[in-house]
Amino acid sequence: MSPSVPLQEMIRAIRSARTQCEERGVIQRECAAIRAQFRQVDNGARSHNLAKLLYVHMLGYPAHFGQMECVRMIASPRYSEKRVGYLGAMMLLDEKQDASLLITNSIKNDLSHSNQYVQSLALCTLACMGSAEMCRDLAPEIDRLLRASNSYIKKKAALCAVHIVRKVQDLGELFAPAARSLLSEKNHGVLHGAVVLITELCERNPETLERFRKTVPDLVQIMKGLVISGYSPEHDVAGISDPFLQVRILRLLRILGRNNEAASDAMNDLLAQVATNTDSTKTVGNAVLYETVLTVLDIKSESGLRVLAVNILGRFLLNNDRNIRYIAMTSLQRIVGTDHNAVQRHRGTIVDCLKDQDASVKRRALELSLALVSASNIRSMMKELLLFLSSCPPELRAQAASGIFYAAERYAPSQRWHIDTILHVLTTAGGDVRDETVPNLIQLITNASELHCYTVHKLYRALLNDISQQSLVQVACWCIGEYGDLLLRGECQETEPAQVTEDDVLDALETVLQSHMSSPATRGFALTATMKLSTRILDNVDRIRSIVSIYGSCIDVELQQRAVEYNALFRKYDHMRAAVLERMPVIEKNSPGHTNGESAGEPMKEIQPPKVKQGEPLLPQQPANQKDGVTLTLSCEKQSDSVLTVTLTASNSTDSDMSSFTLQAAVPKVCLSTSNAKEAFSVRTCTYSRLCKTTQSYDALSYDEHQSVRGKVWSIRCKTTNYIREEENHCLISKINKAVAVFNKKLYHFPPPNLAFNSRC
Amino acid sequence: MSLTTHFPLCFLFSLFQMQFMLLFSRQGKLRLQKWYVPLSDKEKKKITRELVQTVLARKPKMCSFLEWRDLKIVYKRYASLYFCCAIEDQDNELITLEIIHRYVELLDKYFGSVCELDIIFNFEKAYFILDEFLLGGEAQETSKKNVLKAIEQADLLQEVRHRMKSK
Repeated sequence: MSPSVPLQEMIRAIRSARTQCEERGVIQRECAAIRAQFRQVDNGARSHNLAKLLYVHMLGYPAHFGQMECVRMIASPRYSEKRVGYLGAMMLLDEKQDASLLITNSIKNDLSHSNQYVQSLALCTLACMGSAEMCRDLAPEIDRLLRASNSYIKKKAALCAVHIVRKVQDLGELFAPAARSLLSEKNHGVLHGAVVLITELCERNPETLERFRKTVPDLVQIMKGLVISGYSPEHDVAGISDPFLQVRILRLLRILGRNNEAASDAMNDLLAQVATNTDSTKTVGNAVLYETVLTVLDIKSESGLRVLAVNILGRFLLNNDRNIRYIAMTSLQRIVGTDHNAVQRHRGTIVDCLKDQDASVKRRALELSLALVSASNIRSMMKELLLFLSSCPPELRAQAASGIFYAAERYAPSQRWHIDTILHVLTTAGGDVRDETVPNLIQLITNASELHCYTVHKLYRALLNDISQQSLVQVACWCIGEYGDLLLRGECQETEPAQVTEDDVLDALETVLQSHMSSPATRGFALTATMKLSTRILDNVDRIRSIVSIYGSCIDVELQQRAVEYNALFRKYDHMRAAVLERMPVIEKNSPGHTNGESAGEPMKEIQPPKVKQGEPLLPQQPANQKDGVTLTLSCEKQSDSVLTVTLTASNSTDSDMSSFTLQAAVPKVCLSTSNAKEAFSVRTCTYSRLCKTTQSYDALSYDEHQSVRGKVWSIRCKTTNYIREEENHCLISKINKAVAVFNKKLYHFPPPNLAFNSRC
Repeated sequence: MSLTTHFPLCFLFSLFQMQFMLLFSRQGKLRLQKWYVPLSDKEKKKITRELVQTVLARKPKMCSFLEWRDLKIVYKRYASLYFCCAIEDQDNELITLEIIHRYVELLDKYFGSVCELDIIFNFEKAYFILDEFLLGGEAQETSKKNVLKAIEQADLLQEVRHRMKSK
């Protein structure tokens, strides 16, 4: 065999270049020479030149000027030139290049060449880079070769047909008959090609699949022959006879047996035989076993066979070879839904794999572990998962965190455990949790009313420790704002109470406010929490006042707005402050009828729009609060996406008139840019001279400030702007704040109605 | 960037297919690249660069399989060369390891105790051998003997014609 000396010399020259620059120089010179040679008439060294160019191309340098040369070489009568020409075509031309069409004719001719090695080149190239058009053009040729040629060509034609079918699905019909007859060939290469082709045809066309089901007995026979027959040196790999063919047949059987009892029955014995007799000491045996297991689990197999398959996977899990363990977990993942109990038996081993060094194995173990969590093993599993979270690779953290949350939510044995778990995750992986964790946790905390003291203590300590994890800090600020009084009280049942002064708490919040680590959203939480504390602490209200006023000129618009409004709450509306900043009610998740956005303008449950016909009683609104003969109700109506109309109505059911009363409502302005509900308030005021006694039905709409007519109801309409926009997967909680009525200079405030607007969570 | 976004729709149906095979040295130099799916040069370069980086970053005792984008990568190191195949979701990773091993055996038989230099200086032969073993990403011949015989015959043909020409 003559070595391609010029090629090897060039390679040597390139490799001896000491710098990138030198290499480029060598290559440029060579390419120039090659280009010149291409332009010359046939000089007997064409294949060497093209080979050189291909080498240069592999190093990453441009070689498109060789495309036409490939086309020319392919058309050459010399085998050596054809060989390199086709190689070049596969490397430089792909179906996206126009030049690829030019070789279609050459390929066509070479497919019927008298020499099988030339035919082989054409088949290989077509199967590698044939475009859809080329495939359509040449499909009949391929079909012909499938039927009438020697084994060497038939096996290649079969795989070429596979490529054609992948490109042009309709042509599958053309090859089906030939594929069927190829199954009776003895040659392993041809059989392998036939099985691959039939697999491809069946996957793409359900009718073809039906027809080929009849071949199951034949396939079983072939397989049996491979498994049982004596040693065949030609195809033997570590004691397994032609594992490549075995795997392919098993795969085809899988597709044919899927969802079909009869076919599954026909292959049952064979699968059992392969599963039990295949030697599993080497990878090759395990490859066959693996394919067998996949097939058993996918078809309608007998329960005994299924158990056998899962046991094989269980054995794989204990294998020393990491690859095998990985494979086992991949397969177990697929069946954890359907054969849950069988997989549970191997939970211990799977959990151990969480500690494996390999990231791929860890990932699989994590997915599988999360799938195996159940009510009975939640405590022990969570311990392992939290341990894993503290040392897991960064790319798995988000997945682990959300998996843990989900499991905790489904199977939490107690509220305290649930809160503890979430806090643990937030401290270890707070940066990797999703946005809605914060409102979810807040909701969880408010619902666990006996644990408020415990929770705020824990969060306070966590806050002192570390203010970099935004989710944690946000929840902590919120808790401190809400339950700060419990913190300051200095007593707690569930945990060691903290000896905390008001200054300490305010220091903590101010640190968050001022820290550059805090995101704008976090600072918002901190500011609101500080404000809330003004009604829960005794001595340091002035400090709070000054904090709030400082932020009135903050550069962050959101903070500034909040600060300004809180300032207003201190000054003009101080009488309302306590009521406004009261404890939040228990937030209900997904309360029926409280989802907005389902249809614009649809009111909430039991609340009617204010438009009522004359004479019709106003249906009861939610809630009707009564005190001293004054009835106060709130209703809301969503007019459009950004406008919500809140109607506060007051009515007088005493015998006499009430004079000089003021009706005020504090309505939150809810702005939405993240999932956090921001509590900012705006106050609407309406002053009336009289609230007259009402005895009859109401007319809610009209009111006249100057008249004091009996039977009238006065109402305030407030429009809130920037109301809640629909955001997927976020639980937004907003509260229409309480109605605070001032009648005759006396403050009446009514507990807030249970109006929670949630978007679908 | 997902490979699947660049394919014509029909490729999405293929559940078992080798998409490409790469051979590269421990310094990350590409020694062979065989693509069974149509991609632009730019895309191929990007994929190669990223994948080479990812595989070289793996430690010795780690799993031979990794998930990369939405493909499964099966790789094995033989002396100074990494053999790397990209297969699709439903493919059998273990048999792919066997395919890689078979290819190495073929190279070994052909070159006589093959080393990286053989593949560098005779890269076109490495391709020819690969093309006689795999076709369109699938194994075409499962007998080692037959593959080697075919290569031998083809080489002879090349010789004969060559000699005939120079007469």
